[in-house]
Amino acid sequence: MVAIEDYVSRVEGTCGAEKDVIVIFKYEKKDEAIKRILAKAQLKNSIAGIIFELGFGDFSFRLYSSGKAIFRSIKNREELNGILDDLLL
Amino acid sequence: MHEGARERIARFLGAKESAEVVFVRGTTEAVNLVAYAWGLHNLGAGDEVLLSLMEHHSNIVPWEIVSRLRGFKVQYAKVKSDGTLDYSDFESKLSNKTKMVCLSHVSNVSGVINDVRRIAKMAHDHGALMLADGAQSVPHLPVNVRDLDVDFLAFSGHKMLGPTGIGCLYCKRALLEKMSPFQGGGEMIREVSFDTTSDRCGITWNDPPWKFEAGTPDISGSIALGEAVKYLDTIGMQEVFDHEVMLTRHAMMMLKVHDKVKVYGPEDLASKCGIIPFSVDGLSSHDVALFLDNYGITIRSGFHCAQPLHQVFKLQSSARASFYIYNTTEDIDRFGEVLGEIEKL
Repeated sequence: MVAIEDYVSRVEGTCGAEKDVIVIFKYEKKDEAIKRILAKAQLKNSIAGIIFELGFGDFSFRLYSSGKAIFRSIKNREELNGILDDLLL
Repeated sequence: MHEGARERIARFLGAKESAEVVFVRGTTEAVNLVAYAWGLHNLGAGDEVLLSLMEHHSNIVPWEIVSRLRGFKVQYAKVKSDGTLDYSDFESKLSNKTKMVCLSHVSNVSGVINDVRRIAKMAHDHGALMLADGAQSVPHLPVNVRDLDVDFLAFSGHKMLGPTGIGCLYCKRALLEKMSPFQGGGEMIREVSFDTTSDRCGITWNDPPWKFEAGTPDISGSIALGEAVKYLDTIGMQEVFDHEVMLTRHAMMMLKVHDKVKVYGPEDLASKCGIIPFSVDGLSSHDVALFLDNYGITIRSGFHCAQPLHQVFKLQSSARASFYIYNTTEDIDRFGEVLGEIEKL
């Protein structure tokens, strides 16, 4: 059974007043994770095909080809896990 | 080699003797050492410690903790909107109640260089001691503790080509002699003898600096820091500073052409080091950092452990570019190119 832990290396809350969350994908799985996310999320903007501004439901986030994503205004880890579940699995 | 590193670092700082250099884990532990070993025993109700709003949390929190234990007051001098210290406000908050003044030599957010020599004189004129947080000055510019006339100076190895987990507290010998130990056991002991009359152990401390170095010393760390200092000495700290000033000037010119980029801190290069806080319209500092990271450019985003200064700047967080001896103008040009890409978002 595939789980988000198969793709996600770690999640970091950002230091600052913003409630942004950074998701760092496992290096060996980052390309697959990016492919899965791009297939499900709505593409709003892309720069050189390596940085993607995306929408998914009410959420907006940015995905980087380095294997990191930044999600904005996430309430808690459960909410993030729900989004990652829908995007990755 | 461990003691040789201490001697080298003492010369690097212009200390009178190597015994004035205490090895610690870093700047944070150095400030905690002073707050506990000196503050806990010398401060009480009616006393004041004067800091500024540009301090790193490591130069705020130890004093706030000890103030809650001892009942003294922690005062904060204002910072102007350009990130420079409000010297008038600082002076107005100095009084005969002030027993300790603690100030960053260089702000880790804005790069502002404070006139520590002037502040130390003001502190001493009021009978207070002076602690300078040298975490951002010792690695970047010539620092001479006797010229500055500070009583304490704290800094970390990892910001000056050394390893993490090692740093130093400089302290005048006479103060080290008077101060109580910070932690107990190991290196800081000369003798522990059980007294059958009192049923207690009598303890004799080791001499400074070992009196403040409990446990097994971080020998590999101190030797590595000594080598880093040797390397910087070979280059020359004035050369290091001049290189950073050149890079900062280049970066400030580059940033001016970016309409969506706002730079914080003073524009006068004479009063700042190679640190530039900035923001990009419509983007969080973390967005900016991740974008740059994607192009192999590392900056820092967030509060930089200096939340009160971000309140002064009215910022939720900031992006911070910083330079050192290994950076070049080409690095900054590339940084500018990527900022141009970010502005297209």
